[in-house]
Amino acid sequence: MRKSLLALAAGLLLAGSVSAASAADKLKVGFIYLGPIGDLGWTYQHELARQALVKELGDKIETTFLENVPEGPDAERAIEQLVRAGNKLIFTTSFGYMDPTLKVAKKYPNVHFEHSTGYKRNPNMSTYSAKWYQGRYIQGLIAAKMSKSGVLGYIGSFPIPEVVSGINATILAAQTINSNIKVKIIWANTWFDPGKEADAAKALIDQGADVIMQHTDSPAAMQIASERGKLAFGQDSEMIKFGPKTQLTSILDTWGPYYIARVKAELDGTWKSEDTWGGLDSHMFAMAPYTNMPDDVKKIAEDAQAAITAGKLHPFKCPVVGQDGKPVECKGGANLDDGQILGMNFYVKGIDDKLPGR
Amino acid sequence: MQLVLEKRAERSNTIALISPLIAIGLTIVTMVILFAILGKNPLLALHAYFIAPLTDSYSLEEIAVKATPLVMIAIGLSLCYLANAWNIGAEGQFLIGAVAGSWIAVKTQGTDAGVWVLPVMLVLAAAAGALYALIPAICKVKFGASEILTSLMLVYVADLVLDYLVRGPWRDPHGFNFPTTAEFDPVATVPLLIEGGRLHLGSIVALLVVAAAAILLGRTIKGFEIRVVGAAPRAARFGGFNSNQSVILTFAVSGALAGLAGIIEVAGPVGHLQPGISPGYGFTAIIVAFLGRLNPLGILIAGLFLALTFIGGEQAQITMKIPLDVTKVFQGILLFYVLACDSLILYRFKLVFPNRQVARGTG
Repeated sequence: MRKSLLALAAGLLLAGSVSAASAADKLKVGFIYLGPIGDLGWTYQHELARQALVKELGDKIETTFLENVPEGPDAERAIEQLVRAGNKLIFTTSFGYMDPTLKVAKKYPNVHFEHSTGYKRNPNMSTYSAKWYQGRYIQGLIAAKMSKSGVLGYIGSFPIPEVVSGINATILAAQTINSNIKVKIIWANTWFDPGKEADAAKALIDQGADVIMQHTDSPAAMQIASERGKLAFGQDSEMIKFGPKTQLTSILDTWGPYYIARVKAELDGTWKSEDTWGGLDSHMFAMAPYTNMPDDVKKIAEDAQAAITAGKLHPFKCPVVGQDGKPVECKGGANLDDGQILGMNFYVKGIDDKLPGR
Repeated sequence: MQLVLEKRAERSNTIALISPLIAIGLTIVTMVILFAILGKNPLLALHAYFIAPLTDSYSLEEIAVKATPLVMIAIGLSLCYLANAWNIGAEGQFLIGAVAGSWIAVKTQGTDAGVWVLPVMLVLAAAAGALYALIPAICKVKFGASEILTSLMLVYVADLVLDYLVRGPWRDPHGFNFPTTAEFDPVATVPLLIEGGRLHLGSIVALLVVAAAAILLGRTIKGFEIRVVGAAPRAARFGGFNSNQSVILTFAVSGALAGLAGIIEVAGPVGHLQPGISPGYGFTAIIVAFLGRLNPLGILIAGLFLALTFIGGEQAQITMKIPLDVTKVFQGILLFYVLACDSLILYRFKLVFPNRQVARGTG
């Protein structure tokens, strides 16, 4: 009793770090989240992965997260707060944290950082991301099979390479089924804004699209497609409860195995700065069950998934033809190389639209 | 028996002094109950919110960094509000200032431009903020348009202008299409006060602004004019003061300060122009202005206090695992009590015993 009273007093005196004594020998792992943990999309998946991490290694680590951290001037402070609270491995889970993470990483060379979806690294700062374009390719096959109007609706977030390569992979896949497939693209200019996403879905459906795909994070588009009796793909997480008769599949971010592997490396003292870009084969993401489609379409999807996982099928198999009708330089031998995909800044032939900012 | 609010014969100066303290006291009591319900130790939680951030130099620095734009914008807004001119669009003026200043930074990038770059950025940002604020001011004076609406709507315009620029012409050519400019050159960056920290020259500028506003309002005729025009327009007219002029002047000054705060934030803590440079500073500053009772020194304290709740909220999330939503509830409760207690300056509680007939009549 006296001991705990002393601990309490010490905690009050020592900047409120009362939990420090009990957890002094545990590795502290911190997370910075963009959205609320209940966004049911991007942040939610990172939170699920954190929970998986705790379940796996909970006796050796202590985790902390800061949610709803804006990608502006506050991010650097939030990251540094985690460092100062004693976290030795910190995951910053959105692109916009890249520069703030790098700044803090340079200031604290003994702390390790993991930045999601960026391209700047440091000896103590890794990056990790997933080859979602592989999943988009599978979705493209399904979409072309399921669309009656031959028009797909695509809600983009920002015209960054990750999103552009997703659109291209979709269309390249769809063209193998229906060479006249059309895609309508609306840029929502946000990752998470249910109102805007719903408006975009309505506009796309009004323009004749009957399969809605999205690169934004909320289930709003799924709900609209469901109301209008159209089909749609989820994003980031399982969204079937928002469209039981609507969702065809969804690209599920499964960060858990990666987080567990990195934390284990940190515990073993083998952590080093790496650039991880994993695909279906390394389980960086998964496909939700193929639903609301006939068996033959399901088979096409499953076969493509197996082929991509086995490395037999590459969505950007050469020749990849640009909008100008000329094949894109093929740097990877049989397919585009990773650098070309990571920096993808063009539309492929068959997309009747202009890439913003070009 | 009934409890009613009765207007006081004159404002109570005692209550005016102690009402913020009552508000903070009530907030603390409410939060203690809330923390207890959440199963958190209330003492430790309050410590994490209010005391811990004040105990190390790092957190103090961060409080100053966070308060800097809030205080600068709120000072400008307080001048407007004193003159009865309702500038709600400081957020837009902040963004336009950031854009205008960044223009120089982007255009001189990679050249060996000299030390003139930063001063020109600051001047240009202030000028752009002022001009942008003059649009609603002139529309009000000339056409009687509601400045509340026009200034607010111009926020969205500014937001989209910034968006367009960083996605198009000013985008970092090596940035993989991500919507941001390249990092500013050192000559285009606000100098740090402490090497390796985040405290920058902007905090000094904010203090100078507070001092200037205190002198303007307390010691000059112009300051007196602003207050008279706002408080007693009729008397002001008899005194030969022109209320239209006050609207124009206060809008321009507040726009200039917001614009300056914008470029200082971009060329300081952020280091480049990108969407989302402001987590709603222009709107939070409205709260700061009123929390500080439109008084320069009060605004400085209010700005620091609000910054403290942000930093403390983060520390509570880290050390106590208290969710961010509780911090927001906490800020809301605080503002609620401040406003509620302020009504006691002009009103007081009174017990009323209505006679039976009236009671039956209303029943």
